Amino acid sequence: MKARDLLHLATESLARARMRSLMMLIAMAIGVASVVVLTSLGEGARRYVTGEFRALGTDLLIVLPGRSETTGIQPGMFAGETPRDLTLGDAKALLRLPDVERIAPLVIGSAPVSAGVLSREVPVIGTNSDFMPIRNLRIAQGDFLPPGELDRDMAVCVIGSKVRTELFPRGDALGQAVRVGERRFRIIGILGDSGRAIGFDLQELVLVPVSAAQQLFNTESLFRILVQARDRDAMRRVQAAVRATLMQRHQGEEDVTVITQDAVLATFDKIFTALTLTLAGIASISLAVAGILIMNVMLVAVSQRTAEVGLLKAIGARQGQITAIFLAEAILLSVAGAAVGLMLGYAASWVVGRIYPSLPVGAPVWAVLMAVGIAVASGVVFGLLPARRAARLDPVAALSGRK
Amino acid sequence: MASPPSAADRHQAQMIDLSAVSRHFQVGEQLVKALDDVSLAFDAGDYVSIMGPSGSGKSTLLNVIGLLDRPTSGSYVLDGRDTTGMGDDELAAMRSRKIGFIFQSFHLVPRMTAFENIELPMVLASVPSAERRRRVDKVLVDLNLTDRAHHRPDQLSGGQRQRVAIARAMIMEPTVLLADEPTGNLDHVSGADVLKSLEALNARGLLLLVVTHDDEVAARARRHVRMRDGKVVIDQRTAPEAVPP
Repeated sequence: MKARDLLHLATESLARARMRSLMMLIAMAIGVASVVVLTSLGEGARRYVTGEFRALGTDLLIVLPGRSETTGIQPGMFAGETPRDLTLGDAKALLRLPDVERIAPLVIGSAPVSAGVLSREVPVIGTNSDFMPIRNLRIAQGDFLPPGELDRDMAVCVIGSKVRTELFPRGDALGQAVRVGERRFRIIGILGDSGRAIGFDLQELVLVPVSAAQQLFNTESLFRILVQARDRDAMRRVQAAVRATLMQRHQGEEDVTVITQDAVLATFDKIFTALTLTLAGIASISLAVAGILIMNVMLVAVSQRTAEVGLLKAIGARQGQITAIFLAEAILLSVAGAAVGLMLGYAASWVVGRIYPSLPVGAPVWAVLMAVGIAVASGVVFGLLPARRAARLDPVAALSGRK
Repeated sequence: MASPPSAADRHQAQMIDLSAVSRHFQVGEQLVKALDDVSLAFDAGDYVSIMGPSGSGKSTLLNVIGLLDRPTSGSYVLDGRDTTGMGDDELAAMRSRKIGFIFQSFHLVPRMTAFENIELPMVLASVPSAERRRRVDKVLVDLNLTDRAHHRPDQLSGGQRQRVAIARAMIMEPTVLLADEPTGNLDHVSGADVLKSLEALNARGLLLLVVTHDDEVAARARRHVRMRDGKVVIDQRTAPEAVPP
């Protein structure tokens, strides 16, 4: 039997049992589509998060108080010791290290910001002038925080564009005064929309000098210190030097965590890849269900077509040919279902992409291949049993309509 | 193949040679002897009727001859080849090339047109499609079905359906035609039509075996086999066996 004839026989019998074929096709299509959609969401989330981190630069070290990567018990724990805070003094010490290009200490909080009668609660970040190059911020209007000593308290601030439009719906904000918490600040710059600050919408931020923020939130400690190395090659040296310096400053206690941007990136990448895999696994269940449905329907088809199988045998069909005919139907269905499912899945992903433009949705190639592979494989596996059952029918019994 | 060459030589003249063939079925506790030590030989080109009451084994005989059923014991030589030890695929190939079946209930594939039904044995045998078309067209003319070529079975009359089935049975140019109650589901006129078509094929040299309940149908054959309880009880000839092709 020629492949073309086999295909013709299979399509013809599928076309005749239209309703049945359609149901199986839909089942398979839903399975494939759900793999495509769910993995594109997972992959979208992964790309979004790693993209955010990558935009921060990979020559960045992040110093945070406390030891989070401890394995085992530290001596300090028995004394009930709490980790020391990071201070501005620490930040200054780090700036003096060789190969350190820039330092940005961070104090983060939330405070009511008001101008005239308009007021709203916004995230406030206290930092210094180096924050701008480190985070690739752009200034739309005016200037960023001026360079200078870290502990110099100046009553100036830079605001996000949304804060600007909300507090100054009419007229110019630059040079105007705003009240942040209990203090008055003069607006010296307005942020552009580009650049990144993880977890914050740049358009809704107010940036003030770090020592002003410390007073505002009544704290000595820093939330983070961002350290930018001169280049990527210096990362390891700088990391070691930062650790040593802070240990020395903290009475020999290693009570800070120094992480590289790369490590964070890798961790998130791992987490989100696992998430995508999980989603793919869940979606695959529907593929397996579709496969079992195909098997069921094919078994029914075989018992409905017993007489036909008997006839095929009488006119000289070999067992292998009968297997091939039924198997071709199952495979054809699952391939068609996979094709429809891919279209549906991509269409749905596209719609999601339009609704959430910031999410870079897109099913990973491996997931698409896997979905199609599983669909076709389930066609083969679940089609094989009914096909072999058909092939093994006793022709005499089959012709007389018995099974 | 598995038999000694002498056995095949001895029966060279016969198209079909059954010797001491039995076919037993186990039905519950009981052993049913559908064929009980039957020895029969049929010559190429003969026209034979097989009669007998229900359960006499005539259908089993036809199934064994058609290689759809295997004898429990005995040997069956078809066209000089011992079929006893053949595997499934070999038997399928023999059916494809040597045997044409005609059934009481036609057994056409309902979703296929007359053309496709007739073509089906050649599709299975990988005959090129141009050759298939040529052969089907010719058979359609022979059986006066040309204007029904693209009708499906449910659009055909009983007589037309059986003629499509005959066309399908002969399309591979077999040497044996096995007809199981070919007129059983037909009225008198279409029945006569179908018999004429079968007899025309017999006149071209095909061995025609007809299982029937109908004395009138049986009377048209030249040799008459009557069965009872799995045994041949009457085997008589009413006309000379050879008909010039």
